[in-house]
Amino acid sequence: MSLLELKNVTQRFGGVVAVNDVSMTVEEGEVFALVGPNGAGKSTVFNLLSRFYTPAEGTIRFNGHDVLALAPDQVPDLGIARTFQNIELFENSTVLYNLLIGRHRHRTSNMFTDLIFTPGVRAAEKEHREAVEEVIDFLDLQAYRDKMIAGLPYGVRKVVELGRALATKPKLLLLDEPASGLSVEETQDMAFWIEDIQKQMGITVLMVEHDMGLVSAVSTRVMALAEGAELATGTAVEVQSHPAVIEAYLGTSGIQKAGHQPNKKKDNAA
Amino acid sequence: MRFVFKTSYDADINWFKHKYQAFWYVLLLAIMLAAPLFIGSYFIGEFALVLIFSVAAMGLMLLTGHTGLPSLGHAAFMAMGCFANVLMLNAGIPWLIAFPLSGIIAGLAGTLIMLPVLRLHGVYLALATLALSILIADIVVLAEPWTGGVAGMIVPPISLFGQEIDRFGTPFLFYYVCLAVTVLVVMLYRNLLRSPLGRSFLAIRDSEVSAQAMGIHLAQTKARSLFLSATFAGLAGALFGHSAGYVNSETFDLVLSINLLIMIVIGGLGFMHGAFLGAVVYTVIPLALAIFRTFLQTAFDININIPGMEAGIFAGILIIMLLFEPMGLYGVWLKLRTYFELFPFYRKDMFKRQKSYLKTERVQ
Repeated sequence: MSLLELKNVTQRFGGVVAVNDVSMTVEEGEVFALVGPNGAGKSTVFNLLSRFYTPAEGTIRFNGHDVLALAPDQVPDLGIARTFQNIELFENSTVLYNLLIGRHRHRTSNMFTDLIFTPGVRAAEKEHREAVEEVIDFLDLQAYRDKMIAGLPYGVRKVVELGRALATKPKLLLLDEPASGLSVEETQDMAFWIEDIQKQMGITVLMVEHDMGLVSAVSTRVMALAEGAELATGTAVEVQSHPAVIEAYLGTSGIQKAGHQPNKKKDNAA
Repeated sequence: MRFVFKTSYDADINWFKHKYQAFWYVLLLAIMLAAPLFIGSYFIGEFALVLIFSVAAMGLMLLTGHTGLPSLGHAAFMAMGCFANVLMLNAGIPWLIAFPLSGIIAGLAGTLIMLPVLRLHGVYLALATLALSILIADIVVLAEPWTGGVAGMIVPPISLFGQEIDRFGTPFLFYYVCLAVTVLVVMLYRNLLRSPLGRSFLAIRDSEVSAQAMGIHLAQTKARSLFLSATFAGLAGALFGHSAGYVNSETFDLVLSINLLIMIVIGGLGFMHGAFLGAVVYTVIPLALAIFRTFLQTAFDININIPGMEAGIFAGILIIMLLFEPMGLYGVWLKLRTYFELFPFYRKDMFKRQKSYLKTERVQ
């Protein structure tokens, strides 16, 4: 059974069909990338998975559970963690605090034990802290541990957001444009991290990304979307040379030219 | 600059970061405990008032400064706590039970009343809570059989371990009661901030979308914040009743709600210390003005008596704070401390914040 399964999912905003009858499956242990021009519905798929939107039609199943039956705050309990395209960190808190909030779904205390701060709460806090320190070590965030988010550069924030998602100890990690706005070196770091997340931590990754270099480097399978509908699914090379994908990016008159230089199909405009 | 060498995770969890910090707070507590030895009964009453307002301001700080939900209705929660306390005392329930219960009653009632409006954000929420503040005077009048309405009711003294405590008869004991309550609330508040629930409050303040994506139940967490906030306000209200000795429909009015909000803004939104600094400023200004006025009259025979001068000065401080120091008085202290600790490496933009508080969030 696949880890994540979307069946005939359709999402409309008024007259606009943002996601049109999309079906996809993500297998355990793979890195699945969603690509497509702006407005293709990639981020909408993510927001559907996070339950920020309710689709008009279709079903979403994760690990045997019906995702659509859950509220947005119950989705992380299934083991789905996500990052946002426009970083959504807790600005007025430190990096450590942000990562600790990622541990929210593992909390064991309630309001009364929290108020009294029983020894049990302290022990749990130490456990959370240990888990967070592992993430800090993994992402090399030691220097920023006690820094406020508000003063951090963009690249670091991106990493902190990844760390916060990892701190939840997810089964499936949703990365919404992990490399947008990053420099070439930072994108390379990101590629290594994604590979490690997949291979060492055994976390399945579903990502939206425009940087085809990163997509080709890390993804097992790629799905191309345009105007809410699926164009092609396959390996990165297969998808890049698929005529429908080339048409979506370059238009019909571009088919012949693009056939010679398949790498020109990048769309880096976020 | 002091470098703290942390050797265990406890160092980050403990109340105090290091023993020097613990020393200053213990010293402060010692001074507060010894205060009755040095000052007279009038000023000790003012001290008690500062503590009472600190507790109320901490309640509002929890909701506004740490959960990001502004409220102009906290005088109403204070009123609920106060009247619940008086009613229970009159019914013969011992103070040790009636007092905590009055806080919890205010908390529960406040949560029930406010639940429907907790979906609102920013100014809209402030407006909705404003309605509660305006209504409370009428509710007190309508509930005359219990509250005494416009005529009001006398607050019985605290009876604790066979000792009658009231503000005028035994001002020093009353001060110690207030101090004990304040210390207790501070301890609960501090525990909250270092535990998962407190973190989820901060998460909601900074980004609701991503708090939800981390598994935080928005409505439930906001309701908890409101409950605790109203409970603290209720306790402060009960103490305020004891301090005033007599309460009626006008004791807890809209102005008090607004003053509480001004207190936490002047003190520093988002810092526990801010609640205290705000309460000190709020109590000291009228006192200082009165002393200054008497001084002018006796020394130079000048009589200034401008109505509304205190409110004007208070508002002026608020405007200056909003314009030049959005982090409040505690922010001033933080900056000063950092300046000297890092001298000469302090940079002007070290405390730059990007997000403004209480923004009216759009639904994503």
